[in-house]
Amino acid sequence: MSDEPTAREAAAAGLLGGDEATTRELLQSIVDVARTIFGAQAASIFLLDEETDELVFEAVSGRGEDILIGTRFPSSTGIAGFALVTRQPLVVDDLTDDPRFARDRARTTGYVPEAIVATPLLHDERALGVLSVLDRATDRPFGLAELELLSRFSTQAAIALDLLLHARTARAALAGDRDAALVGRLAALLQDEDKAAGRALLEALEQLLGGRKA
Amino acid sequence: MSVRPVPAWSLAPGETPTVEAPGSWRAAISKEWAIGGSRGAVDVCVVDSGVEANHPLVGPLASASAVVREDEEIRLVDDEVGDVCGHGTACAGIIRLLAPDCRLHSVRVLGAGAKGAGELILAGLRHAVEAGHRVINLSLSTTKQRFAEELHELADMAYFNRTVLVASAHNLPVSSYPWRFSSVISVGSHEDSEPLTWYANPSPPVELFARGVDVEVAWPGGGKLRCTGNSFAAPHIAGIVALVLAKHPELTPYQLKSVLHATASNTLAAPEERE
Repeated sequence: MSDEPTAREAAAAGLLGGDEATTRELLQSIVDVARTIFGAQAASIFLLDEETDELVFEAVSGRGEDILIGTRFPSSTGIAGFALVTRQPLVVDDLTDDPRFARDRARTTGYVPEAIVATPLLHDERALGVLSVLDRATDRPFGLAELELLSRFSTQAAIALDLLLHARTARAALAGDRDAALVGRLAALLQDEDKAAGRALLEALEQLLGGRKA
Repeated sequence: MSVRPVPAWSLAPGETPTVEAPGSWRAAISKEWAIGGSRGAVDVCVVDSGVEANHPLVGPLASASAVVREDEEIRLVDDEVGDVCGHGTACAGIIRLLAPDCRLHSVRVLGAGAKGAGELILAGLRHAVEAGHRVINLSLSTTKQRFAEELHELADMAYFNRTVLVASAHNLPVSSYPWRFSSVISVGSHEDSEPLTWYANPSPPVELFARGVDVEVAWPGGGKLRCTGNSFAAPHIAGIVALVLAKHPELTPYQLKSVLHATASNTLAAPEERE
């Protein structure tokens, strides 16, 4: 049947769309671990919103955790913006000596760090966002090995962001198709627990609609 | 087994491999021969986020242009904005520190958003190459494959026009351009604090390592701060190249690469020629 792949895709997309919460947990876990390893005041993951060309806080650990999610700023400004457009990770210390930075930062987040490490989140050819660590512990060195360690996290974070984008795309696609959305929701329900009776009912319905012979 | 991560394109801390060059080269082409007492004005262009002119650590700019997008059209204009994020000023200050007599130029390609940044970088680099500057510093790269071919053409054009294109290698194990091309000098970081120390890499695509950790740099507003990253290693080599070219202006890019290789701190004479 020509409809069969479409239904399967919709169901799969529905399941994927339902995974946004899990992906968010993964992002949160990455920033929590990054913050712990570097003994930092905060760690954040920004997603590049390609529509508006802005960076958006998607996950925050530490300072600003409660208020910053969803906050936006232009994509090519600041240290995070620079890491994004140059595709280069960088470490900047003594930032409080830069009055422009301090003022802008205080206005957007209410917190002025002394030091930032920012690394771009690259997946395939795309730069999806930025991972940043603020005010790491100063009692241990931060050299090339530490930058490499953060880069490894950035690879994980980039994959997580890619999953998040897929989930949102799937959800947006489902929102535009009532039938696919219904199939997606039903498929998601079947995943919850043992729903053998429900599954049998749906299979019977499938036969009734001529989708598959018994 | 070591659990210490090894940098993708930087010099692993505490592990400096050696490279070899003919002993007669080592005798004739010393660091003193290459840069000792070097004076003279060489044109060096920083293609980056703009440069703050007259910063105490940067000094005057010979020219400042910006690549902008207006009505979907990419244009080159006089840069009246300066540095939009600080990075270009940091790179320019490093070059000025090493080559005080150079003529610094700025082409701003960043600041107009992440969207379409690749096209702006290409346009800015093309302008810098066509202007005929002897050295171009590019502490950025693109991961977009569709720009690779045009970047490759530009890198070759620079090479044949005797322009040395110095590009920072990626800190991440990803493919990006133009630093991977053999017609440019690609630079990763070492952890030493000496600005005139560079190492040759026996395992390309990164060719040289220069100072890139905890570097004091110029920052917009007349101040300075400390930065780490390959972005800051590349301008060290750009400054060193300016010194070499000021003293030996006849060198082509491939001869210059040979000089940098022969004079690197980890280059030894071939075993049979060692004392």
